Parts: sequence; structure tokens; C-alpha cells
Amino acid sequence: MKRSTIDLWVGLFVAIGIAAMTFLSLKVANLTPQSGSETYTLTADFDNIGGLKVKAPVKSSGVVVGRVTHIELDTKRYVARATLTLDKQYQFSRDTSAEILTAGLLGEQYIGLVQGGDPDNLASGDRISLTSSAMVLEQLIGKFMTSFAEKGSQDAPAKTE
Amino acid sequence: MNALLNPIRRLGALSINAIWRLGFISRFFVAILLNSGQSLLRFQLTIREVYFAGVLSLIIIIVSGLFVGMVLGLQGYNTLARFGSADALGALVALSLLRELGPVLAALLFASRSGSAMTAEIGLMKATEQLEAMSVMAVNPIARVVAPRFWAGVISMPILAALFNVMGIFGGYLVGVEMIGLDAGTFWSQMQNNVDLHYDVINGLIKSLFFGMAVTLIAVFEGYDATPTAAGVSSATTRTVVTSALVILALDFVLTAFMF
Repeated sequence: MKRSTIDLWVGLFVAIGIAAMTFLSLKVANLTPQSGSETYTLTADFDNIGGLKVKAPVKSSGVVVGRVTHIELDTKRYVARATLTLDKQYQFSRDTSAEILTAGLLGEQYIGLVQGGDPDNLASGDRISLTSSAMVLEQLIGKFMTSFAEKGSQDAPAKTE
Repeated sequence: MNALLNPIRRLGALSINAIWRLGFISRFFVAILLNSGQSLLRFQLTIREVYFAGVLSLIIIIVSGLFVGMVLGLQGYNTLARFGSADALGALVALSLLRELGPVLAALLFASRSGSAMTAEIGLMKATEQLEAMSVMAVNPIARVVAPRFWAGVISMPILAALFNVMGIFGGYLVGVEMIGLDAGTFWSQMQNNVDLHYDVINGLIKSLFFGMAVTLIAVFEGYDATPTAAGVSSATTRTVVTSALVILALDFVLTAFMF
């Protein structure tokens, strides 16, 4: 076989390999360049974040508008503080509320933002004051069990809480 | 008395032989590294071997990658659908390919396709006394014959594993999205949310680099060490495939324990 033919094939082989590795890093691992869009950060305090993880999406009306970049425990008030990095093109009013939701019954947890009615927008570094915690399945079941047991022992059909 | 001692004697001989070969292969590895200057300076030698080891393995890697991905898609969908989480199919296919199946299966295929060919070629060179002829002409056979093949294997293996992964993910996409009818957006976004570049992609490629070194080292060593007869070359080729497969799987366990 001629040397130039071998060179051509090996060149193609290496090019295909580099293309495959690029595909794996960009399309599969989603290595998105950060410089592409400008971002700003907000914080939100939750009593309980459940299974929320760093890099979880932040959605508004189901559209991904940012990601959770940091989670820490505020040791003064003992609440969880999540730092959200949002795309600059999505601005939210000062009375926006944040809640932790679950995709499906057992899916990943994400933060849902609901736009408020205040004309002023949140600036970078602001705190979202209206928050509601994650639903923890064990606590729900616990509550259900207690109310069920009370109901059974008192045997009063009209009793509701 | 002899009948009682002979099996023990045989066990001892086998152990000594195994340790001797382990020492020999380590010294051989060092010899390759010391003599690889020529194969890197005269890179044309290595490129020629990349053609025979890597380019000619493309077909088998592409076709098997595609089928492995398609089977993963089908089996994964059946199991996941039972738990109502068929959306996670993309993540399942990508993670199992990137972390384990891609590097391991590509290395097994590479060992049986290219490793055995390397062993047979070098073994036959030895049987027909071409290696001795080189030595007589003051050409170091390790630098001229062995080292280029070794580096060609080390270069080819990660490329083949990456290609195997891409074809597998494409096969999973074909089955999951085109055949079963999952949502394409969910398939890709689940994959992207769960695959980490350093943790999954880079670690998988590092694995395949190690496998490439192990497989080609075994292949060239078995060829160089083969008994210079027709039967010797044939048994050396068999040993290459068997030893490579065992070493790949054992090394995979060790690397996985360290990485994940």
C-alpha cells in the first residue's frame, strides 16, 4: 500500500476520533461555554431542601432559566441557603416566589420560580423572600399515618382537621 | 512417593514460570519505553501501524458499538418502563457506555482483532528468523518492529473507545427515540444532566488508554516470546486473546475501584 494512502486513512481515523471525543464532551456531557450568556445570582432560604442538588435546574413555567450553583446551611437561622445563577435575559420581580418541586413522583428536584406583580425587578445578590420547602415523602406519610390513627381511635366521622 | 510429589512439582514449575514471565514482560515493557525514541522520531513507522491496528478495526468497532447501544436501549427501556421512569433511558445508555461498556468492549474487540494479528506477525517474523536478521544488520528489532506497534495500539485504543461510545449512544437514540418513540428532548437532556465531563467521559478515556497499553504490551510480548514454530505461533496468538481478556477485566475492576 502506498504511503500517501496510509497517511490519508490514519488522518481520517484521528479526525473521526477527535470528532467523537468532541461530541462526547459537548453533546453528551453538556460542556456549555460559560462566557456565552451573562448571568446574575440570587439566593433563597428554605426550611428544607429535600434532595435538591447543586446543578439542579431553576425553572419558571417549566422553562429552564438557570441552575443552582451553591447550597449551604445558614448557621445563624439554621435554614438551607441555595444560590441560584440565572440567565440575564430573564428578570424577575421583587415578590417572586420560589418553591422546590419534583419532576414526576421520584424524579429529580428543581426550583420553580413564580413571577409576582411588583414593578421592580430583583437585582444580582438579592434574596427571594417567599419560599416554600420541598415535600419530604416520609413526613407526608408520617402526617397521613397520625391523622389516620387519630381518626380510627376516635371513630368520629365528622372529625376533620 | 514420586506419584505424590509430581503434582506438587508441576504446581511449583507453573508458579515459577508465571513469575518468570511476569518479570520478563516488565523488563520487556521497560525495553520498549527505552527504545521508543526511534518510533517517535520516525513517526511514519508508527502511522503505518496505526493504519493496521486502528483504521482496519473501524468496521468491527462501529458495527458492534451500534448493536450494543441498540440492545441497551431495548433492555433498558423494558426495565425502566416497569418503574415508570423510561425518561431516564438516555442517561442509562450514556453512563453505562461511557463508564464501562465502551472502554471494555472496545478493548476486547481490539485485542481479538488487532492484538492477535500483532502476535501472529511478530511470531512469524521470529519463526522465519527476520528478527535475527535485523539484529545482524545492527537494527534493533524492539525499536524497529515492537515499539511502533506498541505506540500505535496506545494511540488507537482511546479513539476506538470514543467511537464505540458515540455509535452506542446513537444506537440507543435510534431504538429509544426513533423506534419506541420517547421524546428526543428528554432523551438528550436527561443524558446531559447526568453525565459529567471529568467524572464520566475523561475517566472512561483514561481507562481505554490503560487497556490499550495492556493489550498491545501483551500482544507484542507474546509474539516476541513465541516458540518459533507454526504450533508455537498459533498457541501464542491464543494466549494473547485469552490473557488480554482476563487482564482487561481485572484491570477494569481495579481502575473502577480507584475512579468511581
